[in-house]
Amino acid sequence: MFKLLKYSLYDILKSRFAILYTIFMVLVAVSIYQVSEDLSKVSLSLLNIMLMIVPLIAAVFATTHFFNNLEFTELMLAQPVKRRNVFLSQILAVIIMLSAAIVIGFGIPMLIWGADESILILLAIGIALSIVFAGLAFLASVMTRDKAKAIGISLSFWIYFSLIYDGFVLYLIYSLSDFPLEKTTLGLVFLNPVDLGRIIMLMKLDISTLMGYTGAFFQNFFGSAQGILLSSFILLIWMSWPVATAMRIFKRKDF
Amino acid sequence: MISVRNISKKFGKLDVLKEFNLEFEAGKSYALMGPNGSGKTTLIKIILGMVIPNKGDVIVQGESIKNNFKYRSNIGYMPQIGRYPDNMKIGQLFRMMQDMRPEIKEYDVELMESFGLNQMMDKPMHTLSGGTRQKVSAALAFMFNADILILDEPTAGLDPMAVETLKNKIKKERDSGKLILITSHILSELDELTDQAIYIFEGDIFFNDSVAMLKETTGEERFTTAIARLMEWSLKKKQTKTELSHV
Amino acid sequence: MKALIILFFLLNTTAWAETIRLKPGDSIKDAVERAAIGDIITLSAGEYLEHDIIIRKPLTLIGEGMPVINGRDQGDVFIVAGENIHFNGLRIINTGRSNIDDSAAIKFYDSKNCSVENIELENTFFGLHFSNSSNLTIKNNKLFSEAEREYQTGNGIHLWKCKDSLIEGNDVKGHRDGIYLEFVTNTISQNNIIHENKRYGLHFMFSHNNSYIKNTFRKNGAGVAVMYTRNVIMKDNIFEENEGASSYGILLKDISDSEVTGNIFRKNTIGIYMEGSSRTIFKNNSFTNNGWALKLMASCDNNTFEANNFSANTFDISTNGSVVLNTLKDNYWDKYEGYDLNKDKVGDIPYRPISLFSVIVEKIPSAVILWRSFLVTLLDRMEKIIPAITPENMIDNSPKMKPYDLS
Repeated sequence: MFKLLKYSLYDILKSRFAILYTIFMVLVAVSIYQVSEDLSKVSLSLLNIMLMIVPLIAAVFATTHFFNNLEFTELMLAQPVKRRNVFLSQILAVIIMLSAAIVIGFGIPMLIWGADESILILLAIGIALSIVFAGLAFLASVMTRDKAKAIGISLSFWIYFSLIYDGFVLYLIYSLSDFPLEKTTLGLVFLNPVDLGRIIMLMKLDISTLMGYTGAFFQNFFGSAQGILLSSFILLIWMSWPVATAMRIFKRKDF
Repeated sequence: MISVRNISKKFGKLDVLKEFNLEFEAGKSYALMGPNGSGKTTLIKIILGMVIPNKGDVIVQGESIKNNFKYRSNIGYMPQIGRYPDNMKIGQLFRMMQDMRPEIKEYDVELMESFGLNQMMDKPMHTLSGGTRQKVSAALAFMFNADILILDEPTAGLDPMAVETLKNKIKKERDSGKLILITSHILSELDELTDQAIYIFEGDIFFNDSVAMLKETTGEERFTTAIARLMEWSLKKKQTKTELSHV
Repeated sequence: MKALIILFFLLNTTAWAETIRLKPGDSIKDAVERAAIGDIITLSAGEYLEHDIIIRKPLTLIGEGMPVINGRDQGDVFIVAGENIHFNGLRIINTGRSNIDDSAAIKFYDSKNCSVENIELENTFFGLHFSNSSNLTIKNNKLFSEAEREYQTGNGIHLWKCKDSLIEGNDVKGHRDGIYLEFVTNTISQNNIIHENKRYGLHFMFSHNNSYIKNTFRKNGAGVAVMYTRNVIMKDNIFEENEGASSYGILLKDISDSEVTGNIFRKNTIGIYMEGSSRTIFKNNSFTNNGWALKLMASCDNNTFEANNFSANTFDISTNGSVVLNTLKDNYWDKYEGYDLNKDKVGDIPYRPISLFSVIVEKIPSAVILWRSFLVTLLDRMEKIIPAITPENMIDNSPKMKPYDLS
């Protein structure tokens, strides 16, 4: 397993994409640091990147990587190694590369200009969302044999979780606005990793209390030990189920 | 050595292999033939565990391949098109494959040397020509002294000199008692390298016997023409079948 | 003639004032009884266990080395009704906690020309309680209460039907309302620090012609609430960190003909919440890091918002109607994305401070959880290009390109 991972990782880290993505992250972080005057503003601007760009890139890159590496995967399958390990080494390599780009990309500016807890949590959320969307992308990839189709499915996941789902939430809140909806919306947030990441972050940014009753309710929840535990747990589920499902399909897949 | 038992495989609604049985014995070399889509690649992939059959089992050296991966260390596989991680160097690729078989300590580097690969260990894979990649694949297949060699179109894309080198290597391994399984479109090559002919047609074994027997049955002296005859028969048989079904 | 007598009287008292010295163990009540008009009673350091000390004649009580008067959780400590009664340098602790008779550290009825200075209060129900009095000086006192809930404590500085007074340099913490004024006129409050009170930092009603200058209101339960008043001047105050589901920098309800200038609103859930208010000028205020800088209900009219800074607020302005009868001009908005081609430091295109999302949140508060989502960003962008829902005339036609220097 570690041998496989070592080689997959070596290959992916030397790819042009890894370098470009890291440079892109550095540029984004540097420009945000340059423009914003204080750290909380930095976190808010970075939040948009983490919620939009990171999942998009994770989804597209993971899918492309899966298909570009298909022959290598086949080569590995003909070797005396477990299928599970072949799969895990592939996805872990992708995840490690995406995370490394975030950590290095934001880490360098942070070392230079400083960071606070909220920015660190933001990085963690960026990494978590990378894992979620890499997992979904691999799921899309193992479900189909066609690269274009798989990219299509991955992009649909992305659009769904970043846009359509929230539209649905807004509609629901709107049509049920006569009822107290805090608990319902809390439940709805759990069903979308992007929303969950966004809200955990907003709560950390200390602006939640400025968002009226709903904000206060969410702050209460996410501020409590129980809430932190539950939300991390749900995020963990989001990180693991697509990977686990993709792996189950992969193990029975024909190459 | 390899025994394929009652294998059935469907791709969607298409039956590729149906209740398929086949035995491969050590010390023999097999030419696996059949028209495109006849199921020969599927068969190889099933043996290698890349395609999972819907039914049946394959026993390799007495072990079932189900949920088993260790048996593959006894198989040297040369794929039709070898694609390798772009950023890996040849030397790293060899080391990686050696890493995956930690129990094997002695490597057969004959092909590697005669192809001159040892002089370009630092070249990244994506800079290699198709022919050189093919040489890499061949060198890898033979590197581990595997008892079973599965070669999918081994000579495609190789220059004539390399083809000779490879053929000699195959003969040498065959004579040392290994099981060799070759698919190829170049029939003359098969004639030279194999002693058993298997002809698969529409998921069924149409012919399975020694090359000598094949020549005898078809009444042809040359391997190529014998195979051509075989193909004619198989197509006729198909027609009769369809006619029958209409009756 | 009458005036002359009073003058004589005054001179007389100051001239012949005697000093009565008390040490711990002595009775303050007796001393008050004994004292002649205008006497000075000094208390040396130590603890005095007394309550319900009634003072009805001009007297001055001065502490030396902060003597402590402990009311032992019973009733009021001092009850005052008179003129020229002064307190200085005392520490008063542990009043009763009765909601019925509003137990206080010092309670004034119908008094005039009185002062309370350098007093420290701790664990009192009401702090300083004034009724129907005038010409009061309340200066440099510290009022700390440690109640956990609103009903467990009274107001810090409480004035009812008072006038012509000065409230200055006090530090009020942990009471129900920090400063409470009802029917109070011509009074100045300045340089006070009012923080962590359970309900409002400053709470006034029907209190016309007052000024509030350079006070700091921080982390009060619901901020500052002022109602039913005209001619108020609020200048150079700081309203900050009033966070909570219904917490305001200032809540203005039926306030008219007033001025709110040079204040800083920082980190409040709502910077200013206004309803039924009119003809008030808001100028040179700075709104930063608030949830809503302004919530301007449709019942407000003829107010002017001029030359203020709005930056880093979640929402700049929200309103509940479509009719806007107020004026916005020359403000700086950090969310403004226009340009200034003629370099006159005024943006060439107007700024609409109400975002679509703030309209949505106004109607459906729970929708606030979608803040910063891609959907909302997209909706706001679209609305900016083609305004459809946001009020047409809530608009700043002369947005500044650079913030004012208001520090």
